[in-house]
Amino acid sequence: MGLLNIRNLTVKFATATGSFTAVDGIDVTVDKGEVLAIVGESGSGKSVSMLAVMGLLPDTATITADEMTYDGRDISKLSKAERRQLIGREITMIFQEPIASLNPSFTTGYQIEEVLRLNLGMSRAEARARALELFKAVGIPEPEEKLNSYPHQMSGGQCQRVMIAIAIASQPKLLIADEPTTALDVTIQKQILDLLMKLQEDYGMALILITHDMGVVAETADRVVVQYKGKKMEEADVLSLFENPQNPYTRALLSALPENATGDRLPTVSDFMALEGTK
Amino acid sequence: MSGSTPTTTPVVEGRAIVQDYHVPGSMFARAKTVRALKGVDFKVEKGKTLAIVGESGSGKSTLARVIALIDAPSGGELLIDGEKVDISARRPGPAMRSKVQMVFQNPYGSLNPRQKVGDVLMEPLIINKPEITASERRERAEAMLAKVGLMPEHFNRYPHMFSGGQRQRIAIARALMLNPSLLVLDEPVSALDLSVQAQVLNLLADLQDEFALTYVFVSHDLSVVRYIADDVMVISKGEAVEIGTREALFADPQHAYTRQLFAATPVTDVEAIRARVAKRKAAKALA
Repeated sequence: MGLLNIRNLTVKFATATGSFTAVDGIDVTVDKGEVLAIVGESGSGKSVSMLAVMGLLPDTATITADEMTYDGRDISKLSKAERRQLIGREITMIFQEPIASLNPSFTTGYQIEEVLRLNLGMSRAEARARALELFKAVGIPEPEEKLNSYPHQMSGGQCQRVMIAIAIASQPKLLIADEPTTALDVTIQKQILDLLMKLQEDYGMALILITHDMGVVAETADRVVVQYKGKKMEEADVLSLFENPQNPYTRALLSALPENATGDRLPTVSDFMALEGTK
Repeated sequence: MSGSTPTTTPVVEGRAIVQDYHVPGSMFARAKTVRALKGVDFKVEKGKTLAIVGESGSGKSTLARVIALIDAPSGGELLIDGEKVDISARRPGPAMRSKVQMVFQNPYGSLNPRQKVGDVLMEPLIINKPEITASERRERAEAMLAKVGLMPEHFNRYPHMFSGGQRQRIAIARALMLNPSLLVLDEPVSALDLSVQAQVLNLLADLQDEFALTYVFVSHDLSVVRYIADDVMVISKGEAVEIGTREALFADPQHAYTRQLFAATPVTDVEAIRARVAKRKAAKALA
């Protein structure tokens, strides 16, 4: 029995030219303490399915699922008050653009203390002390001073650390990270991934990592779901996926990696899909 | 493969290139000067690819803009085909502009949304080669569309009707309209999906073979660099910390910063994954 169980999730958007299916019958389960990577290219619906869980989709989206449960509770049937108890506390999320995720008008300290006061009912003094602890836990240099800094005074990597501190403030059981390192330099990416993996182990929380980067998958995941055009192509543990990919799309993605180039040309996904189609 | 055959004149050569940016003062801050490039030397032989690798703020795009004759450097010398070029003294004429062209990172920002693809391609000819007749311009633009893998019917469409990969093809086509000898590519595949990235890299390799193009390829992605480069320059904080052939640099990185970059780059090697999974299982069993 997984922590999060999603069965046959479909998300449709009403557009000017008719209905568009972004997610088409996806199943996702994640167990306690597990790292699941959802990998796909743009338009694969990898973010949309998790935004549906978080209730962050606009009104134009129609969400249907046979099952959508977290810890045995049906997410789709929760009242607004119950949903607020769950989302942002037990399930939290971080996004791709750390600087855009923070409010530019408030100090980072104010923003993390707000979460602590509103979600956990701490007093101002308690919140300040806990905020400092959290800033230390995510490795922000000079944490006392940084509590009084505005987002624009910090680098992208530091802002992502602040976002992570906010996300783990309530000791969630599930953290969803949507392309957390895509906007960051490769050396900073390594630091942030190492931090996420350390926190995941320390807190025993489940981590869903949404990414387009096969390298990130290889370095973090226990299990991998590959998505393409709203459909699940393949699901496997990380080693089997890289060692023996079953689905043609997965094989195509792996062979399109420049480091796997054999000879002068890179095979492209379209060559691959065409080739498989003729078999 | 190594670019160390000094018998021919390099297509582009930089000697101690320095670039300063002046940040004007404001109510809150004093004016200051930022030295973005601290004396960079390089040269690229005909038909070769020099990759410039670095992280944000390293000065790699600043260098690309200097090489593409967009910004005049504050110091040092830039030579194109052995001829010294100083754009601060005299604007480069059509002949020089035709030699050096640039492709930018973001194909959504680098194409004018109000301009049809055909006009995008014909504009460089109108400006730099006005002697070419309208019908010939059109022929050349259509031929170039085919070269980069687009269809003749795309000629009259607007950029928003294309995907990211197709737009980058259009940007490459525009850069090639003047038959340049040197193409400066600033992160040309960074905004693209993996599968589309592979197609564009293949296209660049084909075009290089066909037109004997010389590339300066700016990237932050070591796996792309390893695939496309002949020579690699690693740049950090405005200094070229290491420069060498691809084989030498990847086999035996000398500078600490290069090694740090390599260590941070995720590996998709099966043995590495096996080791990581085993380590994680052991840690879980202990807990």
